[in-house]
Amino acid sequence: MTVILGQMFTGVSIGAVLLLIALGLSLTFGQMNVINMAHGEFIMAGAYTTYVLQKSIAGAGLSLIVALPVAFLVSGALGALLEWLLIRRLYLRPLDTLLVTWGVSLMLQQLARDIFGAPNVQTRAPDVLTGNITVIGGDDPLTFASSRLFILGLAVAAVVALSLTLRLTPLGRRIRAVVQNRDLAEVSGISTGRVDRTAFFIGSGLAGIAGVALTLVGPIGPTMGTNVIIDAFLVIVVGGIGQLKGSVIVAFVLGVLQSVLEYSTTVSVAKVLVLVAIVAFLQWRPQGLYTVRTRSLV
Amino acid sequence: MTTTTPHAPSVKQLQSPKGRLTFLRPAAGFAAAAVALFAVAPLALSDFRLGLLAKYLCTAMVAVGICLAWGRGGLLTLGQGVFFGLGGYAMAMHLKIADAGPGQVPDFMQLYGTATELPWWWRPFANPVFALAATVLLPMAVAAILGSFVFRRRVKGAYFAILSQALAAAFAIWLVGQQATTGGTNGLTDIQGFFGYDLDDPVNQRMVYFVIAAVLLLLIALARQLIHSRYGELLVAVRDSEERVRFLGYDPANVKLVAYVVAAGMAGLAGALFVPAVGIISPALIGIVPSIELVIGAAVGGRASLVGAVLGAIAVAWARTALSEEFPAAWTYFQGLLFIVALAFLPGGLASLVGIVRRRRASRAPEGEAA
Repeated sequence: MTVILGQMFTGVSIGAVLLLIALGLSLTFGQMNVINMAHGEFIMAGAYTTYVLQKSIAGAGLSLIVALPVAFLVSGALGALLEWLLIRRLYLRPLDTLLVTWGVSLMLQQLARDIFGAPNVQTRAPDVLTGNITVIGGDDPLTFASSRLFILGLAVAAVVALSLTLRLTPLGRRIRAVVQNRDLAEVSGISTGRVDRTAFFIGSGLAGIAGVALTLVGPIGPTMGTNVIIDAFLVIVVGGIGQLKGSVIVAFVLGVLQSVLEYSTTVSVAKVLVLVAIVAFLQWRPQGLYTVRTRSLV
Repeated sequence: MTTTTPHAPSVKQLQSPKGRLTFLRPAAGFAAAAVALFAVAPLALSDFRLGLLAKYLCTAMVAVGICLAWGRGGLLTLGQGVFFGLGGYAMAMHLKIADAGPGQVPDFMQLYGTATELPWWWRPFANPVFALAATVLLPMAVAAILGSFVFRRRVKGAYFAILSQALAAAFAIWLVGQQATTGGTNGLTDIQGFFGYDLDDPVNQRMVYFVIAAVLLLLIALARQLIHSRYGELLVAVRDSEERVRFLGYDPANVKLVAYVVAAGMAGLAGALFVPAVGIISPALIGIVPSIELVIGAAVGGRASLVGAVLGAIAVAWARTALSEEFPAAWTYFQGLLFIVALAFLPGGLASLVGIVRRRRASRAPEGEAA
């Protein structure tokens, strides 16, 4: 019994990581139709920010808390810069944004290699987050890693914050207006260019937060972005583009599926089976789990 | 999602009004390419350089397929590495079995000590005819299955690109995981013979080069034929306005499927010929990163132009060797910049420069006459 619960928890925690890395993308890809392959490198930027802060600030706990807002700002600034330099020229050519930002991601990876060296580096987790929390004691104990619980909490907080921002704030209303009808938003006096850049800032900033979270579960290295970016895109595509709700559900379902398959087969076979499941799912719902109903033919 | 593709020439532009001899131009270009590949290159280059050229030409074969699927059909496939790998592994498996000799298992299997006989799915590849057919038919079959699923349900654009990329990731991860039967991360290495010929012999290496050059020319001719056929027109039409083509009574899914499957077959053939030229096939050659790199060449040269895509692929592969040996860091920056400049500022690639210059000159010419 505890084995099953333990696997479920592993799945949920994989899902939380997936959700965190996909959340920023659901804003930039989903809302703005920009395929940002450099999103993985923004995650990497967040992770390296944590690493640098830990080197300069003594306590692991304090540096982690400071890292969250700083990583948000660093990655967000990178995103806004990218939007201003390149992406705003490419809004009508989504497939080209994919390749252009891939070029950016190559350069950022090399930059990280030149600054921090090619080998992976590691951060120290704060003492609070190193142990396990016993949920069921006794002969057959069930324990959860506290760092994983922290990531789960972070993911939930990020989703709540993003959806509240989109739903309640004036900025959120403007973003939704631009997504729904760019021309009409423009003639209503909304500066669509500025909204785009702000949305990109937030989406990329969320990548920075994901980067901080990833330092708790794995090493930090120049290629860490490439390793997670595909998973993040799959979450968005299966969830339905621009649908926060879909991303949340799909992240956790894929996480649990991955964990169950890994338990019964191997890591590599599990990856392949998850992909097969995704292709099969898209047969059933080609536009993802949740779709915006439109009258357009496409 | 609209994909504006401002590059492929329309039908009108293809029928050049100047002179009746324009139909000779492709033939002349083809002849020039043949002379360059079969006479100039073997005489001018050392054995080592010729071997490198053979490798680049394999990349160019993949680019021919990418030109067809992406440049003409608008299908950005970031998973060509999968088909390249399927072809490569099919060929390498046969060559490994042949190297090992009858009744023996390939060296890496002996090394891991587990296998005393071939796994069941290796056995058919002992037959050279089966293996050769598989290098092309296996990738085509995989593309046909995936494509018919995906295109029928109208998965397109970015969704298709990401799915094809995920496929490349999954395939590479699977290969790494199956260490005992695929050689894992190392891949299938140290291939000695090629259908009875010793690959260490420079003469035989030249032979492999000639085979590769001939196949490349053949594929270019085939692609040209396809592009200028009725089907080629339909493919561009689907790219530019899928719904209109549907209303005209065609099934766009089938049109896309043909381009995707042909491109997959070309990539498979390229992978198969890559193996004797380089002597190795491994997951590092076919994952996400190499799959995208295959696209770069075509993009930089000009995705919609056969000549552009092929020359671009060769030029980028050459630049990679030239720069990355000396300055590996500089090469990565350069590669990133190439991507950004080519796609953000010159979406038609270098091939479109010719057209831009020609149009400038044409628009300037009347003024000149008036003055």
